[in-house]
Amino acid sequence: MVLQEIVNSLSLDVKTPELDLTKEVTGGYISDLLSDVMGNASQGNIWITLQIHLNIVAVASLKGLAGIILVNNRKPDEDTLRRAIAENIPVMTSTLPTFELVGRLYALGLRCR
Amino acid sequence: MSYEFCLLHWGRDRYIMSNIDEGVFFLTGKDFTNAGAASSNLKGVLEKRSVQQDIIRRTAIAAFEAEMNVIIYAVAGMMKYRITETEISVTIQDMGQGIPNIELAMTEGYSTAPDYIREMGFGSGMGLPNIKKSTDSFVINSMVGEGTTLEFIIHLPKGD
Repeated sequence: MVLQEIVNSLSLDVKTPELDLTKEVTGGYISDLLSDVMGNASQGNIWITLQIHLNIVAVASLKGLAGIILVNNRKPDEDTLRRAIAENIPVMTSTLPTFELVGRLYALGLRCR
Repeated sequence: MSYEFCLLHWGRDRYIMSNIDEGVFFLTGKDFTNAGAASSNLKGVLEKRSVQQDIIRRTAIAAFEAEMNVIIYAVAGMMKYRITETEISVTIQDMGQGIPNIELAMTEGYSTAPDYIREMGFGSGMGLPNIKKSTDSFVINSMVGEGTTLEFIIHLPKGD
């Protein structure tokens, strides 16, 4: 599944329209602890979090994640978006809380892998 | 000639002779804006050498955790790396508060991070265990009130 399909299906608000959304998404990972994501997320995963500061981009970039979805309509910091564009990490937001959002991702066929 | 220049210059000369890459990055405590840049640079060097993906992934995890520890806890520090045909070795040295009890610090979930660091999603007590899990050899030396030196090695398979 590519990122664009997820964006369409879940009506995500794309905060980095400059970036292309054809990245293949291999699975999903949820955590607000950065070391947990560093240690346990897999390359190509979409990351669901409520953290909005710019260090999430460093983590996503180092891990080769497909993108970041911020839940509960959290607004990313401007620095975060600038860095995300520079590092080619798409950032999207959802109005849904994590539980609802992840339920829908799972229904789309996405798994933790 | 600065220390940094010497090292990089030396590294370049050595590279020509024996395929060794080495370098140093300086880290500033509480500089969250540039946090991760050193690890990202090191990852770039490994990618340029076409090191296999799993080893790049492990190095990136260990380097990032070590780098963040300097940013979060120390005044300043540096990350030095040396990549040979057989291994990646990384040393992170800081001027900081030091670790009074290394065994306790290595316990998963143990952290001395203040609340604002935890709110950012750091300080979960997973950093040092993540480094240990990702590396082939990992040594910490620390002096309370002076600083900490951490060194890890990841072996490269033959032909990499």
